[in-house]
Amino acid sequence: MEHLAALVALTLAAGTPLVFASLGELVTEKSGVLNLGVEGMMLVGAVVSFIVAATTKAPWLGVLAGMVAGATLSLVFAVLTLTLMANQVATGLALSLFGVGLSAFVGLEYVSVVIEGIQPLAIVGWSDLPFFGKLLFAHSPFVYLSLVLFALIEWFLFHTRGGLVLRAVGESPESAHAIGYPVTAIRYLAVLFGGACAGLGGAYLAVAYTPLWTEGMTAGRGWIALALVVFATWKPRRVLAGAYLFGAVTLAQFQAQALGVAVPSQLLSMLPYLATIAVLTIISRDAAMIRLNAPASLGRPYHPET
Amino acid sequence: MRIRLEARAEPSRLMGWASPLLAAAATLLVGFVLFSLLGKSPLQAFHAFFVKPVESLYGVGELLLKASPLMLCATGLAAGYRANVWNIGAEGQLTVGALCGGGIGLALQDGGGAWLLPLMILSGALGGMAWAAIPAWLRTRFNASEILVSLMLVYVASLALSYLVHGPWRDPEGFNFPQSKMFTDAALLPNVLAETRLNVGLLLALAVVAVGWLFMRRSLVGFQMRVAGLAPAAANYAGISAKRTVWLGMLIGGATAGMAGVNEAAGPIGQLLPSMSPGYGFAAIIVAFVGRLHPLGVLLASLLMSLLYLGGEAAQINLSLPSAVTGLFQGTLLFFLLATDVFINFRLRLQGQPTRSPSAARPVAAGEGA
Repeated sequence: MEHLAALVALTLAAGTPLVFASLGELVTEKSGVLNLGVEGMMLVGAVVSFIVAATTKAPWLGVLAGMVAGATLSLVFAVLTLTLMANQVATGLALSLFGVGLSAFVGLEYVSVVIEGIQPLAIVGWSDLPFFGKLLFAHSPFVYLSLVLFALIEWFLFHTRGGLVLRAVGESPESAHAIGYPVTAIRYLAVLFGGACAGLGGAYLAVAYTPLWTEGMTAGRGWIALALVVFATWKPRRVLAGAYLFGAVTLAQFQAQALGVAVPSQLLSMLPYLATIAVLTIISRDAAMIRLNAPASLGRPYHPET
Repeated sequence: MRIRLEARAEPSRLMGWASPLLAAAATLLVGFVLFSLLGKSPLQAFHAFFVKPVESLYGVGELLLKASPLMLCATGLAAGYRANVWNIGAEGQLTVGALCGGGIGLALQDGGGAWLLPLMILSGALGGMAWAAIPAWLRTRFNASEILVSLMLVYVASLALSYLVHGPWRDPEGFNFPQSKMFTDAALLPNVLAETRLNVGLLLALAVVAVGWLFMRRSLVGFQMRVAGLAPAAANYAGISAKRTVWLGMLIGGATAGMAGVNEAAGPIGQLLPSMSPGYGFAAIIVAFVGRLHPLGVLLASLLMSLLYLGGEAAQINLSLPSAVTGLFQGTLLFFLLATDVFINFRLRLQGQPTRSPSAARPVAAGEGA
């Protein structure tokens, strides 16, 4: 039983960076903007949070800085696509390529630096409870934070006026504009939110999950996060489920290695990427369902001709 | 007074060609500021970055050597992007190309003849095509995003190569380093310029660029692909198969990227290593855009991008700057290009001035010109 609780804890820990990044991207996409730069924003969030945590010895300050860095990078994307009407796919790609380069550049001197990372909770009395202690009260603070974020997004999108407006902008910017909503401003906010979330996901990796900085340490998680949004058919609840599924796949790879399964480690490391392709294919197969659930204006530039 | 963007009645041809130059100039400006901030004399740094690497004949050879894989990948990618087929996994297709071509080279170590190199290039191209066929098939059959699938396959390809050179293909006399045996001379691309490392790979790349130009500009299939990219609805109406467009776009990109992989394996590297390219497949995306998805533009842009790689290496040696500065410049260049591209479809206008022919404006086409 203790072993099971530990497995659950490890799965949640591995899935949490994806929860942050995917939920952020989901909000961005709900406003009708497709930002393919998640990988770049995560990497920059990771490196900035790590540098700030290493220099100030205040890891939470680092996390904040990582979020600001992610949002700043997404602002570049927003200016290009929303104000200058650049192609969203190309700009998102540029953002990812730029983020990879930028993070490698600024993080170079921090590659072998060791920091005191943010530790999992240890509540006296609670965390030591048999089974339930490990299952409920001994996770990283980020795991709880990601669940709070999930609840907030679910509430905002489907139970508030603001969420309704955001979704309206994503479905039909022309109509939202005609009613008098500032389409471009709302999209800016959604993009910035997505950037901050991606930065947070990267920060979690760098200052809590590993905690260290290596070049390209997100290892494609930003792209997996993008696939998860499609997999979840733009529903936050399914994002959560998908992220933990991937946490479990990542874990299976390490577990198999630990158990000494006679499969080369490189082949096991392919699992998350192959799983991404598999779930993406399975969910995309139903084109009608994707059309029904995807924000209708996703990826389409909107220029208010006033 | 407010400045705002007004849609042009027609995309500006002038801006189409001026925009890459503006973007390059803006990137240089950023470089100037960056070098100053790092406490280097900008002029000295520029000299070390952009001039010194190509002062010698050897340097020019290196420039052309590094430009070849970029040219190859970008020509294929550009054909796909013209048709709105977003293959961003050229890096993976390059890796599989190197793996297949290099595998042939290793397997036929002793039987080398004049046919060995063409066979390696062919199998590299087929390997790249096979790798690109996966996203093409999943896209046409199951509607899965070719962007995400092709990107995921980059990681899978690099892990597969890593497995092979760590395991079955490792050189038994290689002191346990993860590397294959060196290729024999018959499996290496012959040199074409004395005192440099330049090999026939460049000629192959130039030939592919020429074929790419003929295909996109002079063939019916190329024309159909361009129509499918510019106006999907019209293409559909005209009976141009969207599925065939996706297949062609992906396979062309896969073939050229696979050739680029053989180019590296049988060229400057001469064996198989865990990593066969410093991100040429990704840099080629930038080359394709900076080159305006036009073969001639791709040719020039690949030279510029190759210079950025050389400059990064030189900056590491001469200025003790990290070579990652190359990636930074590459990303910045693409950003500026996307920003200046806005003036192809829009013009700046001060609020209050009369507007010309607003009814002919094409707001939706914005960004499609990229």
